[in-house]
Amino acid sequence: MNTVKNKALKQLLWVGMGSIAMFFAGLTSAYIVRKAEGNWVDFILPEWFVYSTIVIVISSLILIFATQRIKKNKEIFTLIVIVFLLGGLFTYLQINGWKELTSMGVYLTGEGSNVAGSFLYVLTLSHLVHLAGGLIALLVTAINVKKKKYNSESYLGLEITTIYWHFLSALWLYLFFFLKYL
Amino acid sequence: MSEHHHKETFITKYIFSQDHKMIAKQFLITGMFMAIVGMLMSAIFRVQLANPGESSFLYNLLPGDWINEAGALNPDKYLALVTMHGTILVFWVLTAGLSGTFANFLIPLQIGARDMASGFINMLSYWFFFIATVILISSIYVQGGPASGGWTIYPPLSALPQAIPGSGTGMTLWLISITLFVVGSLLGGLNYIVTILNLRTIGMSMKRLPLTVWALLITAILGVLSFPVLLSCGLLLIFDRSFGTSFYLSDIIINGEMLHNVGGSPILFEHLFWFLGHPEVYIILLPALGIVSEVIAVNSRKPIFGYKAMVGALLLIAFLSFIVWGHHMFMTGMNPFLGSVFTFTTLLIAIPSAVKVFNYLATLWRANIRFTPAMLFAIGTVSAFITGGLTGLILGDSALDINVHDTYFVVGHFHIVMGLSAIYGMFAGVYHWFPKMYGRMMNKNLGYLHFWATFICAYGVFFPMHFLGLAGLPRRYYTNSAFPMFDGLSDINSIITFFALTGAIVQGIFIFNFIYSIFKGPKASTNPWKSTTLEWTTPVERIHGNWPGDLPVVTRWAYDYSKPGASEDFIPQNVPLKEGEEEH
Repeated sequence: MNTVKNKALKQLLWVGMGSIAMFFAGLTSAYIVRKAEGNWVDFILPEWFVYSTIVIVISSLILIFATQRIKKNKEIFTLIVIVFLLGGLFTYLQINGWKELTSMGVYLTGEGSNVAGSFLYVLTLSHLVHLAGGLIALLVTAINVKKKKYNSESYLGLEITTIYWHFLSALWLYLFFFLKYL
Repeated sequence: MSEHHHKETFITKYIFSQDHKMIAKQFLITGMFMAIVGMLMSAIFRVQLANPGESSFLYNLLPGDWINEAGALNPDKYLALVTMHGTILVFWVLTAGLSGTFANFLIPLQIGARDMASGFINMLSYWFFFIATVILISSIYVQGGPASGGWTIYPPLSALPQAIPGSGTGMTLWLISITLFVVGSLLGGLNYIVTILNLRTIGMSMKRLPLTVWALLITAILGVLSFPVLLSCGLLLIFDRSFGTSFYLSDIIINGEMLHNVGGSPILFEHLFWFLGHPEVYIILLPALGIVSEVIAVNSRKPIFGYKAMVGALLLIAFLSFIVWGHHMFMTGMNPFLGSVFTFTTLLIAIPSAVKVFNYLATLWRANIRFTPAMLFAIGTVSAFITGGLTGLILGDSALDINVHDTYFVVGHFHIVMGLSAIYGMFAGVYHWFPKMYGRMMNKNLGYLHFWATFICAYGVFFPMHFLGLAGLPRRYYTNSAFPMFDGLSDINSIITFFALTGAIVQGIFIFNFIYSIFKGPKASTNPWKSTTLEWTTPVERIHGNWPGDLPVVTRWAYDYSKPGASEDFIPQNVPLKEGEEEH
């Protein structure tokens, strides 16, 4: 029964991620359609977003490493805390990206703003909102790790957090390359 | 006794319940309440259309500032009523009321599960819906009134708070309400999918699932894929409304003042909206078709004709529903070639739809039919699906659509194909599963009276609308008396209003029957319709966990009716196959 429940919970997450993917598919397809209609001001994506991309990829790799370690009943608390901190660093870098955008004259809204910039803010902000969910999941996972709730036989919570975090990384990679090259 | 059946308090049993059956009833009752509200709104605006500018006692139901000094309905509030009627019926009644009720009630019972995968998420799904309901209703009483730009909330009316009275607080509340509604729907949908895929009892393979469950599964998949796009559409709208971005707005002058918005496109909104909007039609319709499949098979005492084709048709309809949204936008300056592509994909839907209709008729053919009220409504669904589907052929063709675009022809079409089909399906479901929901039977004769009166009134309302549309009468107008060219149509308008009001009144028969039967209806037996599906193997006393003891084991499909050699004309799914007996 537990196996079924675990499978169901993971599926719940996968279907939920499908839904989130459709939300971003809606936004990015709107971006493409709107861009094709003209009145679109191009600008260079600040380098902060490159750094944040590297950070989130590294955080995902660490989570893979953590999963490998839990399978051998090894300590992973430090790794989860590092991933959490990297999630915080990612947020900080995104905010720096916005700061640079405003110094370039690219605003979310108001006189002189252009929809190209508005889209960038909305997409990155929406991603950050979903990332906040990931950070909460990491926090809960860290607490559970501290309480020694996971071992090589049972680590569903860690697995679910890892899957969602990888999804957030993949989603950001998609958004980053989308914003940079499209 | 099941381990799941434990003592519960009033609060955990009736309010914050995690039992799928109670949550289903919560959806049903809330859906019925909203149906009454939506129906009253339509009765009121039909009175205005029949007697433009005159007063009516019905207007006493409205907030005071909706009526002018002469006692007539204010034009802007007419638009508010039309908008709220559409919103309530499409989302609150035919999406949440229908799917929420029957997905919650039937999925665990028909697949042989104790409950949903997550009772907590299921409870959250209802409470998001409930809060959304409270917010939507409260928007009626804010200054300026509720959203008034049509249920499709096209910008700029929805994007500029100063556009019309309903564009202010009313529109903001509409957006908050629909966001909560979508979150609730998504939570419900996730749960339905995962429950069906994981919690089927032993032997309940996908090939043995009742068609109701197939329909609800596909509906849930449609929902989780399309509702998020509505959220993204709404998010951009909120940014335009509240933060001054220009996703949908451009070159707008209000009271001589040029707004700063440049380059936005309301057409972009339409693309995003209808990407949800068309699958939404099937989110509404498919559960009704699932219910109808079950009710027709049970009351025909025959296996459903072409089970695999029925599942295939559902899948094909669902797939096609994602690539036809452009047919709502033929008049937006769309490239004619693109229009023809959307015409092609739209008309393709006729194929799986025809498969379904053919299979229903083949199931009925030479059957030993029991005309229960549920069966009448089920056949009514098929009938409305055909009638409304035929006019869909005209509207789905870009060249023909141009002639009747935004006229009453469209209103007649979608009310029959989507509104009537789905609401008949909902009635069929309530009459059929009422004994399982409340342990009592509804009154049959009142059911017959309800069906025939509803059937006649519904056609009395929507059939003449096609002629109004062909005559060019536009939809959404406050009055038609301002245009001499439409003077000849005023009698038809009055007839429609007569049937609309009569149709609204006769729903009282259903409501009385429903409430009376909950308390005073004759006690139901375990399996009153002699049905094969698992829900009828549960005890009449509804317990949390559904089955006392072990879960049933399934050995056959859901449609063993009138099987040659069997002693009875139905064999429940949990009856083991006899030695040498083939499954079907």
